Amino acid sequence: MIPVNYGQLVLALIPELLLVAAALAVLGADLMVLREQSKRVRFGFAAGFTGFACLAAIFWMTSSTEPATYLGGSFIVSELTQWVKTGLLLLTALTVILFVDGEFTEHVGECVALILMSTVGMMLLVSAGDLLLLFVALELTSLSLYSLVAFDKRSREATHAALQYFLFGGMAAAFMLFGFSLLYGLTGSTLIADIGKGLADKTGDPVLLVAMVMVMAGLGFKVAAVPFHLWAPAVYRGAPGPAAALIASGSKLASFVVLARLMFAGFSGAEGDAAWRSYTVGWMPLLAGVAAFSMVLGNLAALAQSSLRRLLAFSAVAHAGYMLLGVLAVKETGLQAVVYYAFTYGLATIGAFGVAVFVERKRGGDSLTDLAGMAKQSPLLAVCLMVFVLSLAGIPPLAGFVGKFHVFYSAAALKSPGLGLLWLVVLSIATSAISLYYYLQVLKQAWVAKENETAVNLKPGVATLAVLCVLAVLTVILGCAPGLILETLTEALKHSW
Amino acid sequence: MNALPWTIYVSFLGALLVACLPARNVYAIRLAALFAGVIGLVLGLYAAVNFEAGAGVVTLIKHEWVPAFGAEYHLAADGISVVMVLLTGIAAVTGILFSWNVTHRLKEFFAFFLLLIGAVYGVFLSFDLFLFFVFYELAIVPKYFLVAIWGGQNREYAAMKLVLYSFIGSALVLVGIVATLVVSGGQSASLVTLGQFQFAESFQYWAFPLMFVGFAILAGLWPFHTWAPTGHVAAPTAASMLLAGVIMKLGAYGALRAGVCLFPEGLIAWQNVIGWLAVIGIVYGASVALVQKDFKFVIGYSSVSHMGLVILGLVSMNIVGLSGAILQMFSHGIIAGLLFGVVGRMVYERTHTRDLNALKVMNLGKVMPFAAVTFVLASLASMGLPGFSGFIAEFSVLIGAWALDPTKAVVAGIGIVIGVAFTLRALQTAFFSDTTAKDIQPHEPFEPITLPERVGAVILLATTLIVGLYPKLLLDFIQPALESPLFDALRKGGLE
Repeated sequence: MIPVNYGQLVLALIPELLLVAAALAVLGADLMVLREQSKRVRFGFAAGFTGFACLAAIFWMTSSTEPATYLGGSFIVSELTQWVKTGLLLLTALTVILFVDGEFTEHVGECVALILMSTVGMMLLVSAGDLLLLFVALELTSLSLYSLVAFDKRSREATHAALQYFLFGGMAAAFMLFGFSLLYGLTGSTLIADIGKGLADKTGDPVLLVAMVMVMAGLGFKVAAVPFHLWAPAVYRGAPGPAAALIASGSKLASFVVLARLMFAGFSGAEGDAAWRSYTVGWMPLLAGVAAFSMVLGNLAALAQSSLRRLLAFSAVAHAGYMLLGVLAVKETGLQAVVYYAFTYGLATIGAFGVAVFVERKRGGDSLTDLAGMAKQSPLLAVCLMVFVLSLAGIPPLAGFVGKFHVFYSAAALKSPGLGLLWLVVLSIATSAISLYYYLQVLKQAWVAKENETAVNLKPGVATLAVLCVLAVLTVILGCAPGLILETLTEALKHSW
Repeated sequence: MNALPWTIYVSFLGALLVACLPARNVYAIRLAALFAGVIGLVLGLYAAVNFEAGAGVVTLIKHEWVPAFGAEYHLAADGISVVMVLLTGIAAVTGILFSWNVTHRLKEFFAFFLLLIGAVYGVFLSFDLFLFFVFYELAIVPKYFLVAIWGGQNREYAAMKLVLYSFIGSALVLVGIVATLVVSGGQSASLVTLGQFQFAESFQYWAFPLMFVGFAILAGLWPFHTWAPTGHVAAPTAASMLLAGVIMKLGAYGALRAGVCLFPEGLIAWQNVIGWLAVIGIVYGASVALVQKDFKFVIGYSSVSHMGLVILGLVSMNIVGLSGAILQMFSHGIIAGLLFGVVGRMVYERTHTRDLNALKVMNLGKVMPFAAVTFVLASLASMGLPGFSGFIAEFSVLIGAWALDPTKAVVAGIGIVIGVAFTLRALQTAFFSDTTAKDIQPHEPFEPITLPERVGAVILLATTLIVGLYPKLLLDFIQPALESPLFDALRKGGLE
């Protein structure tokens, strides 16, 4: 039994605790003090408080963190985890502020508290070095998100989406837990680092393979990779704005980091080989297969969508495929590439959701034709949408392009100079060329199509526009100067992660 | 010289400025756009005057960018880039002059136009493979909107086709770039460093066609040329001028820098195949142009034919052919701009038809003397008559092609002859049709040719004449550039 120093642990957990406290405070204030106020005031207070708490947590992490592990390696604090948590907090804060004037609920306090709790779950996930903590954190995130998706009780679609999300999520969690139990059986430990050592001489063990597939199923669900993506279109389409944005951004970022850790540290030695014509069983061919199917299916299905949110859902499936390429290449510069990719993808996707939700609220639908006339009625909004969509399409100089290029390069360099994974890179570049078609359909409606005279004017409020502009500017800046993130990440990854 | 990167920045700033001006202030917007275009041209001219041709590659800016794969923000210039920057400057200024009458969503038009121009300058000045690709891709998006919003009939189809072809080309190139960077160790993406790297022959064998064909799709390489005629025809005049005048050159320039210069052994392996594709393009483009009824399609297919000569020159593996190809890039850029300017702006905007049979009975030679004279001169230049820039360029390419393979040179020569035929046919039908007075349909008098149109036409005509009469002016830039370290690998590979 390791002696536990609770004082140290609390200090290490201060960012998470700050967010828990903020969640409780928002909930309490909303229930007790702000009951009589208008919804605007209540949302304003909640959003402001959330932003403040997130900033405070970021400030704490940047000012006073020493890399360390706690509880014998169960809780990891490193420069990388702190960086990812900063990213998560930023994404959460922007989400809350962007959707501050949401009309989908009367229960402001509960909604914002749930968002904060799911963020706490994601932060713990990033730090988890132990399967148990990992599972608890994952469930905290998932349960908060299930209820957030169902938050709009008046909407049939949201309820349906929530039920689907919950059922799939529950199954995935069960699979993952089963996989974890097998891992424990194989190695006698729940610490990821110990599992890695314990599995060193068990390569090729069929039980290990089963465990690997089970774990992949659980996390594949979180990142919406094929074939665990079936919930995505319904949830992206039906969920209230902030829930969908959070699922698409922060939840993905955290899941990819933990997936990389599990595969790289947990299943080290069982990589196998995914190179062309030299397949060997292991997690690499597994991941490569999932990535390939996600890219192909996601991009092809997105071609057929007429709803912007469903289109974003399938594009998210495709992007999960690209990011898996980076996870494959963690040994190379892949991890930095994935974190950069997931973060900038989060920015663009929150922005795109912001626009989609806004259009839906104004015009009652989010089909592509509802975007018509945007460039004329609100040029700035149309420019923002263009930045988000083109970043998702991977057009330079936006962040999405640098992320894609970096991921492709890392994957191709993994077996260098053999170019073994080039087949996967070729596949992703080909599918990414296809994807431009549907992204351009979105822009065509917003910029080229004739406006419908009877449609409601698309003039956004100042707050919405301001947040969208911040997101767009970040996407441009991070694309032109990727060093801002990549350099710190490279530094962070020189030490352990 | 060091002001050359400002061509890029001024264009982008111009786009931003135009986007911020109030929409009702039409003249301010036009003047701002013209101002940005002229500054770019002046910077280019200033750099050309002060350029020491013997200096090889002159680095303008070099800054670390993404160390993970060795990308640098590296802008530089050699003689070839200076020539292409000049071409871009001229095309930008005349394009803006020829769009003086645009009123529909004017702000956005000039903003996209300047964005495109800035990206094009960026391509010609990038000496880092990654940066090169960034600017190259950046040029795709404004192109789409220029054609889709301001184009003529079939614009949305043509715009999407144009963009998808470009993007498929860049997908091939992207695979090539990733593979090149990985194989060379990922330490540097600089074209100079990569040019020194000894790529294995087996790698060059498949990397060369990826890079070359990927870029050459944008240069209208047969059989991937079909985007070009539809795109040129559907685009608004200024965009046609840019598409034919500059964008197709982006493709050829990329094929030269990233294909020919990096993988000479791959070039030798594929020389014959690509050479024949180019020759087919020359003959095919000219033959199809011969039977077109639509005036703009004639010019569109003639571009395919003329760009075939550029590609033929690029694979010729000798100095004469290469410098001819680069000269042809410049020359065709100017002449195609002029032809599209006359057809799309001067004629179509007034007659509202591009059907040669309809134009036949309008007696345009009499009612539009300025347009007629301009078109005669442009046709002479396009046919490659001595005294115009087209002559020396096409002649050099043919000499280079002859050294490579006389058969190809002969067939290409036939293509040039067909080119004379279709140009004369179009010229005769549209302007000097031998119709008797009773055939001539009465119509409203056309509005006179405006001052911006005249200025634009005169700039282009003067350029092609000056270069035609004194080609040394540009060859003094181009030929020393072919001696620079960028062409080391090519020389080792047997450049004659």
